[in-house]
Amino acid sequence: MTTESPALTTPRVESRERVTVRFAGDSGDGMQLTGTQFTKTAAVFGNDLATLPDYPAEIRAPTGSLPGVSGFQVSFASTDIRTPGDAPDALVAMNPAALKTNIGDLVPGGLLIVDEDEFSPANLKKASYTTNPLEDGSLAAFQVRPIRITHQNELALADVDLPSQQKFLSRNFYALGVVLWLYGRSLDTTIRWAEEKFGRNPEVLDANLKALHAGHAFGETTEMFHTRYEVAPAPVPPGVYRHISGNEATALGFLAASVKSKLPLFYASYPITPASDVLHELSKLRNFGVKTFQAEDEIAAMGAAIGASYGGHLALTGTSGPGLALKSEGLNLAVMTELPVVIIDVQRSGPSTGMPTKTEQSDLLQAMYGRNGDSPVAIVAPATPSECFGMAIEAFRIALKHMVPVIYLSDGYLGNGSEPWRIPSLDEFADITYSYAEAGEGDFNPYKRDPDTLARNWAVPGQPGLEHRIGGIEKSADNGNISYDPGNHHRMTLARTEKVARVANDIPDLEVTGPDSGDLLVLGWGGTYGAITSAAERARNEGKSVSSAQLRYLNPFPKNLGDVLSRFNKVLIPELNTGQLVVLIRSKFLVDAVPFNKIAGQPFKIAEVQAKIDELLGLREPFEFEFAVPPAIGG
Amino acid sequence: MATTNGTTTNDELELPVLTRKDFVTDQEVRWCPGCGDYAILAQMQRMLPRLRIPKENLVFISGIGCSSRFPYYVETYGFHSIHGRAPTIASGLKTARPELSVFVITGDGDGLSIGGNHMLHVMRRNIDLTIILFNNRIYGLTKGQFSPTSEMGKVTKSSPYGTTERPLNPIRVALAAGATFIARSIDRDTAHLEETLYKAAKHKGVSFVEVYQNCNIFNDGAFAAFADKGVRQDKLLYLEDGAPLRFGAERQHGITLDGFEPRVVEDVSSDDGLVVHDAASRTQNLANILAEMDYPDYPVPVGVFRDIEAPIFEDLIAAQVESARQKSPPNFQDLLNGSETWEVS
Repeated sequence: MTTESPALTTPRVESRERVTVRFAGDSGDGMQLTGTQFTKTAAVFGNDLATLPDYPAEIRAPTGSLPGVSGFQVSFASTDIRTPGDAPDALVAMNPAALKTNIGDLVPGGLLIVDEDEFSPANLKKASYTTNPLEDGSLAAFQVRPIRITHQNELALADVDLPSQQKFLSRNFYALGVVLWLYGRSLDTTIRWAEEKFGRNPEVLDANLKALHAGHAFGETTEMFHTRYEVAPAPVPPGVYRHISGNEATALGFLAASVKSKLPLFYASYPITPASDVLHELSKLRNFGVKTFQAEDEIAAMGAAIGASYGGHLALTGTSGPGLALKSEGLNLAVMTELPVVIIDVQRSGPSTGMPTKTEQSDLLQAMYGRNGDSPVAIVAPATPSECFGMAIEAFRIALKHMVPVIYLSDGYLGNGSEPWRIPSLDEFADITYSYAEAGEGDFNPYKRDPDTLARNWAVPGQPGLEHRIGGIEKSADNGNISYDPGNHHRMTLARTEKVARVANDIPDLEVTGPDSGDLLVLGWGGTYGAITSAAERARNEGKSVSSAQLRYLNPFPKNLGDVLSRFNKVLIPELNTGQLVVLIRSKFLVDAVPFNKIAGQPFKIAEVQAKIDELLGLREPFEFEFAVPPAIGG
Repeated sequence: MATTNGTTTNDELELPVLTRKDFVTDQEVRWCPGCGDYAILAQMQRMLPRLRIPKENLVFISGIGCSSRFPYYVETYGFHSIHGRAPTIASGLKTARPELSVFVITGDGDGLSIGGNHMLHVMRRNIDLTIILFNNRIYGLTKGQFSPTSEMGKVTKSSPYGTTERPLNPIRVALAAGATFIARSIDRDTAHLEETLYKAAKHKGVSFVEVYQNCNIFNDGAFAAFADKGVRQDKLLYLEDGAPLRFGAERQHGITLDGFEPRVVEDVSSDDGLVVHDAASRTQNLANILAEMDYPDYPVPVGVFRDIEAPIFEDLIAAQVESARQKSPPNFQDLLNGSETWEVS
């Protein structure tokens, strides 16, 4: 039942430490935008937060269909949080398909807001509902709030001179208005954004603002909501903050590397989900001297980056797993010619095309070993969206100092996920140093090495007196000429390996969160940081002897890793793959680490890691994943 | 003047006078004795001093194959890369460092088979590279398999019953991809080869030169019927911009057009009615007709098929950088702040 009569009582306000909201609708309903606007508002308010966009691969699947559902989850809190929440406390479903694909995740008793107008027989059929869930009692476990969003939006826009189809597009702002009211949030951030975005299109601006205000007013006047929720600002370190996604932070971080090294940034890439945003961001930055090159394919992007590196520039290429496979031949050329180049891999579900819009961590072994010959590269992996910034600088610091290709393993969860970011000063990051070779007596030897790092001489075209030839064929360590000498190949292969191993002298020790010894260490890498750290923290709060550590340097490992592992009785390694880090850990340290693997295209939930921890501590029966049963999708 | 990379620009230098010897390396040349590659190397080394470019600003980038050993033998910067990918590396280098003069050395397998895609796109972009494709119509380094330019029916190690595929015509590929300078020459005609290399190197924008190159081990005599000294005058059509199409020892034969079909007319006295070559004509039509003329039906055209001006990729990028800087001076802190910030005290 809906009502438009004024509220007779004001709803009570309930304080929450953390709230998780999911917006779900048709991919044409603007759910990513709605979620982002809500997130920005929470961020500006001072909450800590984390987001998880979940969108279909199809740009526009048939309207109202199950494959066309797009979702955006945001968790915001008055405390420090590290994940976008295991399950939403509130779900906004703009149509039956969105309800069907998302209701399985809503916590029991959770708040469910639906656009009642969209539950027509035709739409129900598209979502494979045989009866209307709003009427058949199947939603009894939830606080269902059906609102005639479409109708009321239309009423609010009665005097706006736009075709009704276009008015329909403002529904998401109506819904946003309701939710902003529900959590006591100001409309200012969204109004400012809309004014900037639609400034040139006054009718559209007017429509969106009218919808937003109408939604907010509806919240205020309806008796439907008995409770409003308040989430206080989080105690965060002082500073100037912004909201940032992993891919944005990646792009900015690589530009920061350019600023810090004073070398121009060259980015060659071929569009691929979920890495394309990095290309989009960097291509805007011509004014910073950034040259972006949209190559004809992944191979060409790798080659162009090698060319720019050979030319002495800061050379970067970016891709996802299938693209890394194509780049492997070129990457090997960079290994052989010992040129500093960084390869971003925003990992996604594989193998092959896999699930392009879903996250996974399954390229670690490809990054380590996916090339012919003995072909060591350095590998780093940021652990949070905002950390992508600093790790990008790290990647080039290592590449330039050690004359080595570096693979930067992000993932779809980090790349598209977002969080508040205290804007740093560049002084907080290590300097990036490099040196070009200098002309000396006699013939120039491009493979003369720095005695400490084993980095080779870097001479770039344009330097007189240093003309030389490099290439993919093995070269003599003594003069850079082609060499098939058995001893030389043996020594050069070992030198390339040792050079990467010595990067360990130049990276920070692994930090343990919690006591530095105990019953159980939960060891992760990259984007699983949030779930692992929170799960271990909860275990400690329950009095369990559990610590956690997150590897950001995968090759080489931090020097203290073996020591850290030895101080715990058991080691649990959760990964979004079938067990890749665990292979490396076992083989290097002979530690009987226990794998914990999820390959569902979704990040770990904190509760899942907690349950596995309890299993290892002998506190529960073996843990099994419970995946929400997906609705049957025909055709 | 030193730049960030320590390079020097030509205009501000007193150019050293270089000779052929300055471009000879100490490396032992490892092509088979009698290989056509020697002639191409020699003409390149003869031509390079004429460019008056300091040798540190010259870069040779190659892929894989016999021809791709070339950079080892030229005393400049050199990069012997991987199969088919030389255009990609050259594109990255030239885009990052437009002041360098970059040559791509490739072959019919490297450039048109495994690297075919890159070849199309580097030409389409009009990056100011000089691409020399050694066409011997065979895979030499892998010891004698047919290549994408081998004639149909050719018997090779990998086609004992003869090939069943039609060959690519490199000039037509370059035309289709929109290369702004397209030429053909022959290893055995050293003077013509040197001049063609020179014109290609001087061209602003991408230059593509197909060199008919004899592989005396696996495809000996592939071009002998029209390229050998005794027959050359009657079987080759030397293209000269602005001149009528004539060939023969006394230039006594000519080419006319019958509709879209070229016709050989023997012993013509007057130039009337002969096709006049125009390498910069508005359309590619003439170049396409010339590219289709082949032995034995026609004399084989050599020289410059096409030579036009077009915007250069790396210059456009550099111009975007410059105008973006003017319009919006870089401020990294502003960029970090993004569109919305808040302060926590």
